[in-house]
Amino acid sequence: MASRLADGGGAMSTPGGHLLEIQEVGKTYGSGAKATHAIGDVSFAVDDREFVCVVGPSGCGKTTLLKCVGGLLRPSRGRVLLRGTPVTSPPEQMALVFQEYGRSLMPWSSVRNNVLLPLRHKRLGRKVRSAMVEEALDAVGLTPFIDHYPWQLSGGMQQRVAIARALAYQPSILLMDEPFASVDAQTRGDLEDLVLRVRDEFEITILFVTHDIDESVYLSDRVVVLTHAPTEVKEIIDVHLPFPRDQIATKELPEFAHLRAHAYRLIKREQVEQEGDPVLAEAGREGA
Amino acid sequence: MNRRAYHAAAIAAEIAVPVAILLAWQLWTVRAQDPKFPRLSTILVQFRELWLFSQFELHVVPSLTRIALGFGIALVAGVVIGIPIGLSRWGRIIAMPHIEWWRAMPPPALLPVSIVLLHSIGNRQKVSFIAFFCLFPILLNTIDGVRGIDPTMLDTARSYGVRRFERIRRIVLPAALPQIFAGMRTSLSLAVIMMVLTEYFSSTSGVGYVLLISKNTFQLAPMWAAIVLIGLLGYLLNLLLILIERRVLAWHRGWRTAAAQ
Repeated sequence: MASRLADGGGAMSTPGGHLLEIQEVGKTYGSGAKATHAIGDVSFAVDDREFVCVVGPSGCGKTTLLKCVGGLLRPSRGRVLLRGTPVTSPPEQMALVFQEYGRSLMPWSSVRNNVLLPLRHKRLGRKVRSAMVEEALDAVGLTPFIDHYPWQLSGGMQQRVAIARALAYQPSILLMDEPFASVDAQTRGDLEDLVLRVRDEFEITILFVTHDIDESVYLSDRVVVLTHAPTEVKEIIDVHLPFPRDQIATKELPEFAHLRAHAYRLIKREQVEQEGDPVLAEAGREGA
Repeated sequence: MNRRAYHAAAIAAEIAVPVAILLAWQLWTVRAQDPKFPRLSTILVQFRELWLFSQFELHVVPSLTRIALGFGIALVAGVVIGIPIGLSRWGRIIAMPHIEWWRAMPPPALLPVSIVLLHSIGNRQKVSFIAFFCLFPILLNTIDGVRGIDPTMLDTARSYGVRRFERIRRIVLPAALPQIFAGMRTSLSLAVIMMVLTEYFSSTSGVGYVLLISKNTFQLAPMWAAIVLIGLLGYLLNLLLILIERRVLAWHRGWRTAAAQ
């Protein structure tokens, strides 16, 4: 297990500081009258080994925010700090998992070579590399499918390949962009539990973007609720549900119901503010 | 119908029509006794005398060498030039008009100038000529294939710190490969055309040269034998490329089938 701690762990974080700090980040596309203010002003911090979910009304720029955090997009304002260092390009300690597994896995490569992609340029021996690939695939339960092509697997299994690839990279922080939005409900529950398990096993921090409020409460230590565009932080909800989480028992807790209702209300209010009350709008349409 | 019977029937159906045509040709030419249309048997004898065994090296090998070199140069150049152009918006803005202009040029128009500029009617001129016109289908398809790559794929690689050269090797090139092969198929048939054209225009060896000589000496049988050979070359080269494509792009067929379901 020692290898998993190679470039992660709390020992390296700046004393008293956060692992990840998002400071007054804003993103504007275009300029002048045509400017689109995707992100207004977002600030929050993520501590080491924390599981933070980001939820918000649809179209509020969650993906844009995550790309800014991951160094794939340059924010128009503000900055992102990883262990106190500004992020200007994708940092080595971060791994990104996209929603569209079908578009991020290489169809011409086997599962093994897909997971190997982020390791090829690391200075490692062949054997070490191959052991890391096998370890990551074992963690997501895909060892028997190592020589398959991704498109020979189901959607949920493909997303597990994407997760294994991120784990093999040995990041200290994993960024996930609605990773389970395109799998069925049953598979989604399994994948949620898988992510919780590998977080403990690999001792990583996770920043998880989703539009599913239940999912955000179920998974996280804290939920960051965003407003509609130009996006700001509406509220940060602390989740003190006991670990290990369980799809049935956790979701039966009154605390879970309370937190989920609270988050739901916040987001609903946002949507009403932006587009008017959906019920009233519907009634108006029928009257016309 | 079971699988084996189906395959046997399919092959029989494929062969049936050519065999019928050849048979009809033979029957008709025997009756007509027209020197312009020699008998099939005469053409085949001529074919063997001209192209096979000891004669193979004299005219067939030079022609095949020119095709191989010209096509090979076009392939390498098309991919090497096409990738950076495909990846860069400005590259495309600058390069596309030139590519479209040269592509629209009918090859025979450049034949005289190629001889003048290269001071040569030998291999150099022929190979360059073949390479030049084979370049464009491969180049355009490479550019198109590179442009069509899903940005998510490149973002993923970038987020994993995969360096530019490795990104091109591991992602850009394989992703564009199906399109590159489409370009190669077009270029390969062009290569055969250019080979015949350059050899017919000015040469001392090759299939096109034999075509020219037999026309000038009114020898119809060698002329027909040359036509048969050129058709056969084009057919076999294309078949070879398809076999290679099937191996290299096996993933592509599987992926598309899976995506369609």
